[in-house]
Amino acid sequence: MKNSLAVAQLVILEMYRRKDFYVLFFLTVLITGLMGSVNFFNDPKVARYLKEICLALIWVCGAFIAIATTARQIPAERESRTIFPLMAKPITRWEVLFGKFLGCWLATCLCLVAFYLFFGIVAVAKEHHWPVGNYFQAWSLHCVMLGVVIGMTLLGSLVLSSVAANITLSVVVTAGILFIGRHLNKVAAQMGEVTGPLVSGLYYAIPHLELFDVRDLIVHNWPLIGWNIWGIAVLYALVYAALLVFTSWLVFRRKSFQ
Amino acid sequence: MKTNRAFILLGVLLLVACAGLAASLDRWFMNWAGNRAKDFSPLRIAIGDGQKIFAGQFYRKADVYFHSGMYPSIFDNNESFKTAHIGEDAGATGSKNTGDEENFLGKDRDIIDRFSRNFFPSRHTHLEAGDAPHETSSKELAEGESGEVREILPWLKIAQELDPEEPLTYTVTAYWLRRQMGKPREAELLLREGLKNLPDHPALQFELGRIYFENNRDVARARNIWRHAAATWQRQESAKPEPDRFIQEQILTHLAKLEEQAGNLPQAIDYWQQAGNLMPERAGIPERIKELRQKLAGAKPQP
Repeated sequence: MKNSLAVAQLVILEMYRRKDFYVLFFLTVLITGLMGSVNFFNDPKVARYLKEICLALIWVCGAFIAIATTARQIPAERESRTIFPLMAKPITRWEVLFGKFLGCWLATCLCLVAFYLFFGIVAVAKEHHWPVGNYFQAWSLHCVMLGVVIGMTLLGSLVLSSVAANITLSVVVTAGILFIGRHLNKVAAQMGEVTGPLVSGLYYAIPHLELFDVRDLIVHNWPLIGWNIWGIAVLYALVYAALLVFTSWLVFRRKSFQ
Repeated sequence: MKTNRAFILLGVLLLVACAGLAASLDRWFMNWAGNRAKDFSPLRIAIGDGQKIFAGQFYRKADVYFHSGMYPSIFDNNESFKTAHIGEDAGATGSKNTGDEENFLGKDRDIIDRFSRNFFPSRHTHLEAGDAPHETSSKELAEGESGEVREILPWLKIAQELDPEEPLTYTVTAYWLRRQMGKPREAELLLREGLKNLPDHPALQFELGRIYFENNRDVARARNIWRHAAATWQRQESAKPEPDRFIQEQILTHLAKLEEQAGNLPQAIDYWQQAGNLMPERAGIPERIKELRQKLAGAKPQP
């Protein structure tokens, strides 16, 4: 675990040095600020459109940071040949892989803290109330969801040949699940005897990332989700993330870096 | 030396010719009917009338906000949900809904479906009359802000900007502005802007009349506007194979109510009769006429 934490620390430091987060955060602040300055019928209290835009930007930026950071971890180590001295150290492949996963995840969660703090400031400036519990649930569910995405991208970085292919596939799969994951079973019910069960099987097999998208609840000021429900959702995501990291390790331990 | 001078003169001649051609082309371009640059809107220049397609989406988005996010997707059963509630509740359009549109989710299909309903708005609410998902604070109630209907305005404004020739966007926006937000002045300005884009549109005139009648208590102006709207409807719609009877019925019933309030009972009866002829299936009109006739008969014997 100590070795994994050391690898994770390196990943976080790398994120700190890179400009991705700063650029995305600045863009989010800029776009939200510009949209917030629009006047609709002389009513300064109109807030929800701004919350929706800000959260949409946070979700896009969060996914970009998570996928782009994770996708280049192992390939970059291979290209720069730093993987060899790393493997020569008294550290197991599991520790390297878990460290990479943990680093990417923690770095993304830290970025999300900054994003959600900004969102909270925007919301409190417009609505004059700060539902901390709701924002914590939204942030934590977003974090665990990105844990699954990071696990998926990490597996892709070991299986796919290039970083670009991995990023593209991860974005397509993530967006696909977010947009139609919830409705796959309805679609399956309309399909034939062969394709229907296949789509239905896919519905039960995929990680339902859309569960963690509680933006509508936040935008429209719905009450808190029950903490037991929240706990089950967090556990669900952690199980999927663990499965993906474990599968990645199965691939990684047999991988030849010659 | 002579050659250089000839080149300079030729250059000057070409420059003058270019400037002259540009000036004449600019004048032609500015007067050309297909010139999109008149609006100085990047979106209009880029996609032209294609933006009207997006206007419908933004109108729908306003209805999504009206329901605090609880809205059917393309995968849900949309059979019973045909008319946006923002338009229906505003009285701006007739309803084609069957009444059970809030049950589009149906019974949960599986454990994931059941569990997922905790993570998105799954209860039917309206952003009016304290029907918001969270509890309305006493401060909001004290300020007369029982709903948070203002939240639909940005999307309606965008829809109106994208399709300035859609009357429904103006009438719906004006209704919510004056009715729930106490902004009749803004509603009137919006409708007048709409009338610039859609001159003499009966629906816009009807809504303008409502502002004068219900908000400004200016009976005389409301009467004039509604009479003009009724005449415009006759001119524009009556010859059509499928005229918009809903708006004419609204104009006539409102004129009838206005005349009732003003004490002009024969005129009110006349408007009720016209409304009854237009919509014979509408219940309550014959009874109302009968009631008014009795009232009129009771009032006449007095010297």
